[in-house]
Amino acid sequence: MRSFSLIDFVSLFAALRWTIALVVLALAFGAPLALGLALGRISRFAGLRWAMAACIQVIQSVPLLGLLFFFYFGMPVFLGIQVPALVAVTVAYTLYTAAFLGEIWRGGLEAVKQAQWEAGACLGLSAWQQFRHIIAPQALRLSLPPTVGFLVQLIKGTSLASILGFVELARAGQVVSAATFQPLLTYALVAAIYFALCLPLTLWSRSLEARLDGSR
Amino acid sequence: MNFLPLWRYQNQLIDGAIVTLELTVISALAGLLIGIAGAVVLKGRIVPLRFLVRFYIELFRNTPSLIQIFIVFFVLPSFGLKLPAFEAAAVALSLYFGAYSVEIIRAGLDSIPRSQVEAGQCLGLSGWQVFRHIILPPALRNAYPAVTSQFVLLLLGTSLASQVAADELFHVAGFIESRTYRSFEVYAVICAVYFAMAMSFKALFAVVGLAAFRWPRRR
Repeated sequence: MRSFSLIDFVSLFAALRWTIALVVLALAFGAPLALGLALGRISRFAGLRWAMAACIQVIQSVPLLGLLFFFYFGMPVFLGIQVPALVAVTVAYTLYTAAFLGEIWRGGLEAVKQAQWEAGACLGLSAWQQFRHIIAPQALRLSLPPTVGFLVQLIKGTSLASILGFVELARAGQVVSAATFQPLLTYALVAAIYFALCLPLTLWSRSLEARLDGSR
Repeated sequence: MNFLPLWRYQNQLIDGAIVTLELTVISALAGLLIGIAGAVVLKGRIVPLRFLVRFYIELFRNTPSLIQIFIVFFVLPSFGLKLPAFEAAAVALSLYFGAYSVEIIRAGLDSIPRSQVEAGQCLGLSGWQVFRHIILPPALRNAYPAVTSQFVLLLLGTSLASQVAADELFHVAGFIESRTYRSFEVYAVICAVYFAMAMSFKALFAVVGLAAFRWPRRR
């Protein structure tokens, strides 16, 4: 047993980079997939709409912890080869992000009135141009507040990677707590770091929402 | 892939699922009570209390549920409050759910235009009657979708209680895994059970919502 020292403080902040790395990975792979899901959900083809809705429904009805374990143990079974834990974890967070962002963005796209698409068509724009220049900018504005809100969920969600042994913030907290026998100080500090990370995003999301409300 | 070795553990799975349901329902009820109390405070005039509730909401919404469970389980004992795993998880999850409920219930109450309350008062209704007949029904209807989807998230979130060894479904998964070494199969089954529970609740809430909130009510 040793007392809580500067080293422990530093190791918590050093572990923060993995928390951020997981968020960045989840967004980098999850956001394009989410856009695909959202577009699929508003497609003209009923089969595609239905399939996308089913994917989203399944992922949203399983615990994130379950997704993580499923892919952690499942990737070798699916692929027949061992993959690094980071790959499995990234796949799980990517699907989680895609399902939630996809649903948020679909809401944004559907909130833009159908007549706007038709107006674009009347101007002779192609389907892609209608989406790119008319629908997307409006939908983006509408879905930005919940998107930032989801970012907070994602940051908090990365704490679950600790359970698979990833030394991110939550795991570093467990390690330091066990080494120093100072659970109060350690977990208070860990919570404070998460809080400092998430609160600005929450406040930003709320101010974006308020601004949206006033302009309509 | 071989699911057969899991077959003999079905009783453990059912027991785990029941504990998960208990944890979910207890935390949801306690959380809703917190939510109602918090919303009343936010609508009230006592500024320090309002500030306290705001602080509580932000604190619990901006930190991970897992850390909250750890704090209740590992930190409270140093203040002389030693809770068993299930109780500790229930306390932490109630507080987490409560922080979201306050906002949902407050938004539900705020969705009633002031003029409707005034109309009620003009008709000579008492304060309680205004609340009971004018504010409550539409507020419940507006808050219902958010509360139910938060409930399903809570159901899925109870899996975190496994990390302090509360014997709910996810903890049972670890137990079966240690007996059978069928890691992937175990977690595939566990995910399926959570999926079935979540979908059942969603269906139930949809049916109850349709039955309870037919609107406008005709006589």
